[in-house]
Amino acid sequence: MRDYDIVIGLEVHAQLLTETKIFCGCSARAGLAPNSSTCPVCMGMPGVLPVLNSKVVEFGIRLGLATGCTIARRNVFARKNYFYPDLPKGYQITQYDRPLCERGFLEIEIAGTKKRIGITRIHMEEDAGKNIHDEHEPVSYMDFNRAGVPLLEIVSEPDIAGPDEAVAYLKELRQILMFLDICDGNMEEGSFRCDANISVKPKGVAAFGIRTELKNMNSFRNVGKALEFEVDRHIGILKAGGRVEQDTRLWDVAANRTRSMRSKEESHDYRYFPDPDLVPLEVDEAWIEEIRSSLPELPSAKRKRFQEEYGLPAYDADVLTQTKALADYFEQCSELLDSPKEISNWIMTEVLRVLNEQDIALPQLKVTPGMLTAMLTLISTGTISISMAKEVFAEMASSGRTAEDIVQSKGLRQISDEDELLGLVQGILENNPAEVKKYRQGKTQLLGFFVGQLMKATKGKANPNLANSIIKEMLES
Amino acid sequence: MFEIARLYRRFGLRPVELLEELLGTIRRDNLNAYITVDEEGALRDAQEAEQILAQGSDDVLAGIPLAIKDNICTRGIRTTCGSNILADFVPAYDATVVERLRKRGAIIIGKTNLDEFAMGSTTTTSNAGPTKNPFDETRTPGGSSGGSAAAVAADLCAGALGSDTGGSIRQPASFCGITGLKPTYGSVSRFGLVAFASSLDQIGPMAHSARETAVLFDAIKGHDPKDSTSVPGEYAPIDLNALDMHGIRIGVPQEFFAEGLSPDVERAVRFGITAYEELGARIVPIRLPHIRYGVAVYYVIATAEASSNLARYDGVRYGLRADGAKDLTDMYLQTRSQGFGAEVKRRIMLGTYVLSAGYYDAYYKKASQVRTLIARDFSEAFGQCDLIAGPTSPVTSFGLDEMMDDPLSIYLLDIYTIPANLAGLPALSIPCGFAEDGLPIGMQLMAPHFREDRLLGAGMAFQDCTRFHRVKP
Repeated sequence: MRDYDIVIGLEVHAQLLTETKIFCGCSARAGLAPNSSTCPVCMGMPGVLPVLNSKVVEFGIRLGLATGCTIARRNVFARKNYFYPDLPKGYQITQYDRPLCERGFLEIEIAGTKKRIGITRIHMEEDAGKNIHDEHEPVSYMDFNRAGVPLLEIVSEPDIAGPDEAVAYLKELRQILMFLDICDGNMEEGSFRCDANISVKPKGVAAFGIRTELKNMNSFRNVGKALEFEVDRHIGILKAGGRVEQDTRLWDVAANRTRSMRSKEESHDYRYFPDPDLVPLEVDEAWIEEIRSSLPELPSAKRKRFQEEYGLPAYDADVLTQTKALADYFEQCSELLDSPKEISNWIMTEVLRVLNEQDIALPQLKVTPGMLTAMLTLISTGTISISMAKEVFAEMASSGRTAEDIVQSKGLRQISDEDELLGLVQGILENNPAEVKKYRQGKTQLLGFFVGQLMKATKGKANPNLANSIIKEMLES
Repeated sequence: MFEIARLYRRFGLRPVELLEELLGTIRRDNLNAYITVDEEGALRDAQEAEQILAQGSDDVLAGIPLAIKDNICTRGIRTTCGSNILADFVPAYDATVVERLRKRGAIIIGKTNLDEFAMGSTTTTSNAGPTKNPFDETRTPGGSSGGSAAAVAADLCAGALGSDTGGSIRQPASFCGITGLKPTYGSVSRFGLVAFASSLDQIGPMAHSARETAVLFDAIKGHDPKDSTSVPGEYAPIDLNALDMHGIRIGVPQEFFAEGLSPDVERAVRFGITAYEELGARIVPIRLPHIRYGVAVYYVIATAEASSNLARYDGVRYGLRADGAKDLTDMYLQTRSQGFGAEVKRRIMLGTYVLSAGYYDAYYKKASQVRTLIARDFSEAFGQCDLIAGPTSPVTSFGLDEMMDDPLSIYLLDIYTIPANLAGLPALSIPCGFAEDGLPIGMQLMAPHFREDRLLGAGMAFQDCTRFHRVKP
């Protein structure tokens, strides 16, 4: 065991899936031509004014309620002042001392043990634009499409005691955001970004150690690796009798290490003050209740329900509730066919494999719940074998044809006619007298050989269960 | 304004004729009231106004030539704020007030001079040079809306828009012998007004008379969804009949007749108050104990907001960008050093300081608290009176080169106008007399929030029995 306690607090920036930006009517969609989604307001032209998009508040309240926060009835926007070319107004509109949500929590599970991680606050703010540096010339270009895209900043309490807990917290938070339909959770493209504050202290000591801030970790894996690296670095320094420098560090993926970006002395004075262009926002109880009543079932509740209602193992419940779409798919199947574990198996293997291979999302999957359950029925009635079904599923996924249709046209129907199989087995036994003799002398492993011969003769269409029992019966009679 | 409207309808005068005559006058004039005269655009407006008039419109504003302060954005017309940093800036949008005036068929002649970014009380810090007072060309027209005030006084337009952050409409109105209204904060959209201090800025009308001022105010006021601080609701038109002053209680704060008030100004303003008494008003002595902190509070809040509002002029997207910078920081430094004048820099530095870590509580926060106390003084005072009267400025116009090296003395001259901005109240300056040397003097009236009707009605009552507002330079 380590002789040190690890203390981690996380700051997450989640880009919201609103139609328009937070303070103007420009589209908030990503991937548009540079500067095509801009207007005088998000470009910070002289004389223009921000007008709050109330969807942003609604999305913030959704997350606040989902994480047990207190929703502030009176909200104040503040200006965070600093100069950078991607910041059109020379200040970012954010919330400072009166955030939208406070004092919530998330529950994570590490090795079967549940733990609550406190959420200090959730506030609304605007994103900045992007600098694009020319690779050949000493020139930089600006794309302001992202300037003014709404963000929620979610700040955790320093309750996180290790990199594994940090990753679990982030996964849970991301999943909630996605279930609430307010963020697409894409870490690579930066719609779910994470900064970490980390410090270590000798076990049992109350006072926190000196912390460093970590940035540029754009995957769960990198978060884990960066935090592991920092834990080791801090402990190494302390063990050598040194002192950790308070600084802001970047995770360098290529070098597999963190490196210092700026020290505490270089930190900005942001000169926060209430934004006089935006009146304080009053949130009334009726609105909060309306949003509360429209909240979807959250991942943790769904996991629990899937285990209780469908009798699924915890592992299955976990996998099936990764996304709301997948969980919905499972439930739609289960409505059509009362065979939850079988459905779960097919989803966890074939469905997920196809999504991966075709690089698509569930709505684009050609196999509808109705098609999947119809196919499962063909298995249970003995029309097709499991291995045939795998072939049928692949075909459904690529062509969109029904299982019935595929079975018909490909002649995949398995042979379950006892008389037909008896005749074939008879022939096989006659043609292989030596093996029959050996079997009857006790070498029963040869059963597989005869089954193989039968499959060969039927091009794999023999009902395997039936084939086994017929061969066994004839050999042993 | 009413005269022009009558000439159009009764005597067949055409807006284009009037405009051409006016443009000739402006060309010959040397007050430097305008930074930009948009002859082509004005001509187009005039032609449109002719059509409107031909259709029999009874809109008083149809074909009325107006001037717009150069910190109010005008689509396609350069909007400089009197600053090098925006010397070539042409907005792609109209301020809401300009849009509203255009819809009424008004002619936008051009953009008037101001102190750089409206920071000043003299109209001398503009990159376009100082504007002269039509009553004495060696003197300041006041500021920062000095260009608009001079243009109205010298009949280089029939009315104008200014902006008022700490007195920038009322003080030049007073110095130039015209009427100027700072409306209730939130009653006129700020969309398109280049921000100086957002919680104090308000666009307002300037004209010879309170009646004309009322017509302009009606045209520009009202809720605007593009400005979150604009107050929703119905805005009734101002009654153009004078207010019956019988039974109206006029509060006179003793703090407004304190040390530093010029005897000429005191005499004229006391005369004005007496005139109201004769019209039937009751004079009530009141106290506004916290307004003595007004100037200090103002220069903390206004500069704090300005330091942030002016951060967008960084050379990245529009406006001036200094050549030859060696890196990003150098580009910022050079652009802003070359782009801003001394007074603007002084205020940005002051504002940055008061918001800094460790000073915020002592300055910005404290100032905001005292601001609340000042607002409370007024709401208590309006329990005892319907209007408050006093001087607009403690002095009359002074020499263009006077006090240039003494910003503090100039700041202190805003002592009577600043409180209305801090409390968000409407306030009006009306001409109430002349000093020994013939310079105009203004009386300030203040009313409760959204009571511009009372303010302008009282102005009309005063002007119906006096001639100060009719005296031409």
